[in-house]
Amino acid sequence: MTTEARKPPPQIALKIRRILGGKAGWNGVAVQFAFAAILGWIGYEIVSNARANLENQHIAAGFGFLRNNAGFDVNQTLISYTGSDTFLRVFVVGLLNTLIVSVVGIFFATVIGFIVALCRLSPNWLLSRVGEIYVEVIRNLPLLFQILFWYLAVLAALPNPRQSISVFGIAFISNRGLVVPSPIGQSGLAPFLAVLAFGIVASLALHFYARRALFQRGQVIRIWPSVLALLFALPLATMLVFGLPFTFELPQLRGFNFAGGSRIIPEFVALAVALSTYTAAFIAEIVRAGILSVHKGQMEAGSSLGLSRGATLRLIVVPQAMRVIVPPLTNQYLNLTKNSSLAVAIGYPDLVSVFAGTSLSQTGQAIEIIAMTMGVYLLISLLTSAIMSVYGWRVSRSLGA
Amino acid sequence: MSDVISSSFVRRDLLAERPAPVKTTGFIGLMRTRLFNSPTNILLTILGALLLWFTIVPSVKFLMVDAVWSGKDRAACLAENAGFAVGACWPYIQAKFPQLIYGFYPEAERWRVNLTLLLAAILLLPLLIPRLPAKGLNAGLFFVAFPVVAFFLLHGGGIKGFGLSWTAGLLQLFDESIVGAGQALLTSSKTSAIGPLLWVLGSLIALLGTVIHWLIFPLTWLRDYIQGTGQSVWTDFAVTAAIVCLITFVLGGGVRTGGRALASSIATFIAIAIVIKLMDLDHGGLPVVTTNLWGGLLVTLVVSVTGIVTSLPIGIALALGRRSTIPLIRIFSIAFIEFWRGVPLITVLFFATYMLPLFLPGNFTVDGLVRALIGIALFTGAYQAENVRGGLAAIPRGQSEAAAALGLSWWKTTSLIVLPQALRHVIPNLVNSFISLFKDTSLVSIVALFDLLGSLRASFADPKWSTPSTAFTGFAFAGIIYFMFCFGMSRYSLFVEHRLNAHRRN
Repeated sequence: MTTEARKPPPQIALKIRRILGGKAGWNGVAVQFAFAAILGWIGYEIVSNARANLENQHIAAGFGFLRNNAGFDVNQTLISYTGSDTFLRVFVVGLLNTLIVSVVGIFFATVIGFIVALCRLSPNWLLSRVGEIYVEVIRNLPLLFQILFWYLAVLAALPNPRQSISVFGIAFISNRGLVVPSPIGQSGLAPFLAVLAFGIVASLALHFYARRALFQRGQVIRIWPSVLALLFALPLATMLVFGLPFTFELPQLRGFNFAGGSRIIPEFVALAVALSTYTAAFIAEIVRAGILSVHKGQMEAGSSLGLSRGATLRLIVVPQAMRVIVPPLTNQYLNLTKNSSLAVAIGYPDLVSVFAGTSLSQTGQAIEIIAMTMGVYLLISLLTSAIMSVYGWRVSRSLGA
Repeated sequence: MSDVISSSFVRRDLLAERPAPVKTTGFIGLMRTRLFNSPTNILLTILGALLLWFTIVPSVKFLMVDAVWSGKDRAACLAENAGFAVGACWPYIQAKFPQLIYGFYPEAERWRVNLTLLLAAILLLPLLIPRLPAKGLNAGLFFVAFPVVAFFLLHGGGIKGFGLSWTAGLLQLFDESIVGAGQALLTSSKTSAIGPLLWVLGSLIALLGTVIHWLIFPLTWLRDYIQGTGQSVWTDFAVTAAIVCLITFVLGGGVRTGGRALASSIATFIAIAIVIKLMDLDHGGLPVVTTNLWGGLLVTLVVSVTGIVTSLPIGIALALGRRSTIPLIRIFSIAFIEFWRGVPLITVLFFATYMLPLFLPGNFTVDGLVRALIGIALFTGAYQAENVRGGLAAIPRGQSEAAAALGLSWWKTTSLIVLPQALRHVIPNLVNSFISLFKDTSLVSIVALFDLLGSLRASFADPKWSTPSTAFTGFAFAGIIYFMFCFGMSRYSLFVEHRLNAHRRN
C-alpha cells in the first residue's frame, strides 16, 4: 500500500511576497517604493533641467542633426568620405577606424603577449628576467603616457620623408607615417579569393570530421597534408591558371613626399604600437598564470601514457590552460577596444575623436552624441560578455560530463 | 642456510672518494643550471643579453652620461653648443619643475600644497603598516577628515554656516523640486488626454510638497534666525553639535550605554571646532585658489585620492545592492555596474564634462575639476563594486547564519561580521584598482585639466626649451614619477597578499 507524498500547500501570499520584496518581505516592497520614488525624482530633475538648459542654448533635441552635412575632413577613412557627407557617415567612419585599430592591436598584443609569457616561463634565467622587466615597466606606466611617448617623442624624432628609413626598399618609415606597398587587384583576383574561401571551408570541415572520427571511433586521421594542399597548393594552382591575383604598387620618393603605395598615418602607428605593447604585458601575465595553473602531474601522466612531449602539450596541457586563459584574455581584448578611445589625445580619427570630439563641438548635441558613443562601446562589451557566458556554460558542461 | 652465508660478500677496503657534486647554488650554479646548460639555452642567454644591452645601455647613456646638468635655456642642450650628442636635458626639468608639480598654483601659496601632501603622508603611512594600532581612528581621519581639511587648505575660502543651515538648504531645494514637479503636472493636465489623472497626481505631489514645507519649517526658521545673528557660524555649530550629540547619545543606548557614543561625538566636534578656529574658516579662511590654477602632480594626486576615497563607499553600496534579494535594488545595481564597466573612461569624462552640466539646474555651475571627479568616482565605484562582491562571495554562509542565530539585524550582520572579513579578503584587488585609477587619472588631461601628463605636454610647447631631447627628457621624468607610485602600490599589494595568505603557505 503506497501513499502519495502530500503536495506542499500553495502558499500563494508567501510567493507573491517573495517575488515582490525578496527576503525582506513587505519591508522590501516599501524600500523599493521609496527607491523608485527617489529614482523617479532624479529622472524628473534631469529631464526638466536638460529641457530648460537646451532651450536656453537654442539647441533642438533629437537625432535630426545626423542628416546634416559634417563639413570637416577626416585624415583616415576606410570608406569613401568627403566633407559634404552627413554626420551619420562620420559616425560610421569613426566606428570603422576604432574597429581597425582594435583588430590590429589585438593581433599584435596577442603575439607579443604570448612571446613575453614564453620568455617569463623559460628555464633560462636571463630571459625570464627580461620578460619580467618588460611586464613591470609597461604595466606601471599609464597607457596615455605610452601613447604620447610613441607619438610625441619616438615618431616625432624620426627623419622626414626624404631621409626616411627604408625597410628592404619596400616600406618606408618617416615622421609622416609608414608607407607600404598597396595591392592592386588584377583579373585573377576573383577566382583566387573563391578558391581560398573554398580551401578554408573545406579544411574546417575536414578538421571537424577528423575530430568526430577520433572521439567516436578512436580513429586517428592525419589531415595536415590535405589541409596544406587545400590552403596553399590549390590557390597557387589557380594563380598559375588565371594569372596573379594582385600586384603591389611600390612607393616612390617624389619631391618631398611619397607617390604610390598607401600611407599609414603616424597616429595609427603610435596608437597601435602603444595599445599592443601595453595590452601584451597583461596578456603575458594571463597566459603565464594559465599555464602555471595546469598541475605538473598532468604532464607526467601524459608522458606515462606514452605521449610525446608535443602531444602532451597539445592534447593535455594547452586545452586545460585555455580554459583558464580565455575569459581574462577576452576581457583584455575588450579593454584594448575601450582603450583605443584614447586616440582622441593624439588626433587619430576614431569614434570618440571624430564623433564625440569634432562633431560634438560643431553641433553641440551633447546628449545624443555621447549617448550614441557610449551605446556603441556598451553594445560591444555586452555582446562580448554574452559570448563569454556561453563559453563558460560550455566549459562547465564539458567539465560536468 | 650455511651456503647463503658463504656466498655473501663483504667489502674489505674503502671505495675511492667520488668528486663533489656539481654546484647548483650561487652564481656559478645559476650560470650552470639556468643559463648555459644546453645549446638552446646558451643561444637564449645571448639573445637576452643582447636585448638588455640594446635597451639598458642607451637609456643609462641618455639619462646620465650624455646628459646636460645645468643651463639657462635651450642653448645649453643643443649638440653644437655642448660639443657632444646631448642626452637628457635636465635644466629643462629644473625650469619646469614647479609647473610639473603645482601647475599655476600661486608661488606664495605653495606651502599649502606641501602641507597637504605632508598631512596625507603622515596619515597614510601608519594606515599602511599593519602592526600599528588604532586603524579605525586612522582610517576615519584619512578617509573623512583629511579630504575636508585638504579642500579648505588647497582651495581656500571659509564657511558661512554649518550642519544646520546645510541640512535646511538641501531640504528646501528638495521641497522646491517636488513643488515644481507638482506644478508641471498640473499645467500639463490641462492639455493632456489623461488630464484628470495627471491633475490628481499633480495635486498629490503639490500637497506632499506643502506638507514637507511645513515639516521643515522649524529648521528653516532657525537657520534664518541664526543667519541674522552676528556669530552665525559658531551659533550654528553649537546647535548642530548639540543636536548630533543628543542623537548619538539616544541611539547609543541612552543613559545606560550611551556615554561612550556621547564622548566620541563631543570629541569629534571639539576637533572640528579646533580646525575651524585654526584655519580661520569662520572669517573667510585662506585666500581662494580656483581649480583652473591647479595643475601637475597636485591634480594627479587630488584626482586619484578623491577617486579612492569616494569610489570605495559607492562600490560597497553597489556590491551590497547587487547581492540584495530586493528585485528593484538588485536590478538597478546590476544595470549601474554593467553600464559603467562597459564604457571607456574617456567617454565617461566627456559625459561628465559636456552632459552633466545640462542635467543640473541652470543657475548651478559645477567646477571642471569636480565634474571630472564625479565621472571618475562613478566609473571607479562600479569597478570597486565587483571587487567587493568577490570578497562578499568568499565569506562562507555560516558567518551570516551564525550572526542571524545571535539575533543580529541585517545591518549589524553586514557591518560587523560580513563586510570587515570581505574587505580584508580583497585588499590586494582594491589596491590593484587604485593602481589603475592612478594611471587613469592621466586621462583628465584630455578634458582640459592639466595633470602631470597634461602639464608635461604643455611644457613641450615652450619654444625656450625646444630641443631634440626635450620630449624624451620630459617623458623620462614623468615616467619615473608614475613608475614609483604604481610600482610602490603593486609591491604593497603583494605584501598584503602574502600576509593574508600566510596560513596557506607551506
